[in-house]
Amino acid sequence: MAEVSYIKASRVFSGNPPVRAVDELSLDVADGEFLVLVGPSGSGKSTALRMLAGLEDVDEGAINIGGKDVTNVPPKGRDIAMVFQSYALYPHMTVAENMGFALKLRGVNKAEIKEKVAEAAKMLDLTKYLDRKPKALSGGQRQRVAMGRAIVREPSVFLMDEPLSNLDAKLRVETRANIAALQQRLGTTTIYVTHDQVEAMTMGHRVAVLKDGLLQQCDTPRALYDRPANAFVAGFIGSPAMNLKTVPLTSEGAKLDGIVVPLSRSALDAASSEQLAEVTFGIRPEALALVPSGDEGMEMTVELVEELGADALVHGAVKIGDSSERFVVRVDGRTPPSLGQNVKVVVRDATEIHLFHPESGARLEA
Amino acid sequence: MTLDATSLQVVKASDARLKRTDRSRLASFGLHATLIIASFIAVFPVFWVLVTSFKPDARAVETTPKLVNESSLDNYSRILAGDKGGFLTWFGNSVLIALLTTIIAVFLAATTGYAVSRFRFPGKRGLMMSFLVVQMFPFAVLIVPLYNVLLTLGLQGNSFGLVLVYCTTAVPFCTYMLKGYFDTIPMDIDEAGRVDGLSPFGVFWRLVLPLARPGLAVTAFYAFLTAWGEVAFASAFLSAADESKTLAVGLQVFVQQNRTEWGHLAAASILVSIPAVIVFYLVQRFLVTGLASGAVKG
Repeated sequence: MAEVSYIKASRVFSGNPPVRAVDELSLDVADGEFLVLVGPSGSGKSTALRMLAGLEDVDEGAINIGGKDVTNVPPKGRDIAMVFQSYALYPHMTVAENMGFALKLRGVNKAEIKEKVAEAAKMLDLTKYLDRKPKALSGGQRQRVAMGRAIVREPSVFLMDEPLSNLDAKLRVETRANIAALQQRLGTTTIYVTHDQVEAMTMGHRVAVLKDGLLQQCDTPRALYDRPANAFVAGFIGSPAMNLKTVPLTSEGAKLDGIVVPLSRSALDAASSEQLAEVTFGIRPEALALVPSGDEGMEMTVELVEELGADALVHGAVKIGDSSERFVVRVDGRTPPSLGQNVKVVVRDATEIHLFHPESGARLEA
Repeated sequence: MTLDATSLQVVKASDARLKRTDRSRLASFGLHATLIIASFIAVFPVFWVLVTSFKPDARAVETTPKLVNESSLDNYSRILAGDKGGFLTWFGNSVLIALLTTIIAVFLAATTGYAVSRFRFPGKRGLMMSFLVVQMFPFAVLIVPLYNVLLTLGLQGNSFGLVLVYCTTAVPFCTYMLKGYFDTIPMDIDEAGRVDGLSPFGVFWRLVLPLARPGLAVTAFYAFLTAWGEVAFASAFLSAADESKTLAVGLQVFVQQNRTEWGHLAAASILVSIPAVIVFYLVQRFLVTGLASGAVKG
């Protein structure tokens, strides 16, 4: 067990111009913490993980594990275990051999290896399959073997590179919970890479959001959801995504179709200090509500209704200025409006409005 | 990887079953006839060599050929007894040269192929290109320059010199084959191995080589055959002394200016082909997968 720190670590791929896959990443992961690196593809999250594993060079800055600088240490000297997206099981070895391979290389005696493998297998419900080759296992079983291979070593850090993306949806949800529980039990520092923000939110103690190699925000899932640091994080975290629209400002608030949404004093001050005539206005689908047609609200024409059972997502067009913008509203699943219907939409709670700088995307107000 | 292969086979098998029932009688007859004729053309010469090998030299070529005509094992026993030159010595030379060629070529090709498959280094394209270009020269053109090279190295007339010459043809081809095969082994395996505590060479030795066994078998087979049946280089670069000849060179004693000992030649040919057949038998189950993957990715 150990803490991990990235100290202005960069990975630069040569080219013209050079690509900064990970750009001056500074991140501290506490001992025993479950940190999720999340971002769209090409955001550098996997590269950041591979730098920590020693599979990718660190071109600038440094990486510490357990207080020790490991920037130039080969993977085998870092006391880490990694779970790959493809699982990367050794096809010519049985499950037991796969799981015990690292211990065997370390010169641990056979009896002890057997005992540790059996223990991990029991934990992962793999005891029956120890003599099988990976090709005779299902996807979920292979995934568990990959986990087992990491667990058996009792490393100071677990690295997981999208370990669930090859599983079907149901198994993924199940395994997600299992991994989180397992990490809780073992208390091993874990860095987990995913592109799935639901996975990130449900599993991580803290979540680091990356985009184009730059760290956007690193915080608890709750804080990311409630106070996204910029428009990118706001749009990336949460499903369905936050409604983010550029709207004109008035002295009282943001002007949407027919209504002026009142904004807090501090938000308006922040905007006026930057002399902004427009802001990026963000509101989550669940912070919007439909009201009877007589009431005051934004006029919206329903274009699509996605019924999810417990609730439904209503997609529709709202006029802002001259253009028609698409909004998503989460409504009760039993009484969704019908297609083509004209409905009125209001902001349910003004405290759930997020404002961002229209150009830089940074969050306005303190 | 293997899972895919098995599932593919299942699909293929069911496809084949479907086609067999669909095919008309005439088409079926035509197809089988063609296959039988083609097989006959391929097998008959070998069969006739076998038949001839039991006949005395005088009966080997006749106006009305018979399957059996004073047939006996005499040819074999006389060849093996060394009446017609040191057959067993030649055999030993051939085995030694072919095995050395195989070991050196496969080792060099495997390490080179792995490097080319996994690492980026300056001159990589040039290296692969030169491997291709080298294979374009016909043997006859190479004999004189190689002779000079061997002379300079002091290896002319030496078995090891011949092994080196064979490696020049076997290594480039085998490297291409193995590079293609290594390319099919996912990089993740290498990386998992490194994280598990293997050195880069450990990854190659303990993970990649065992996984590349089919590819290695095929390249070994190719390297073995390159050396086993080769005549031109062997007769040019080995000393003329009887005890340094390889089998392929030695067979020429049966074909002299004025007479040809067909019976003995056929018997010796059969004996020569036995090791090749054994090697083929050992690697044949890898041949299809090895060649195919090498071909696609190479």
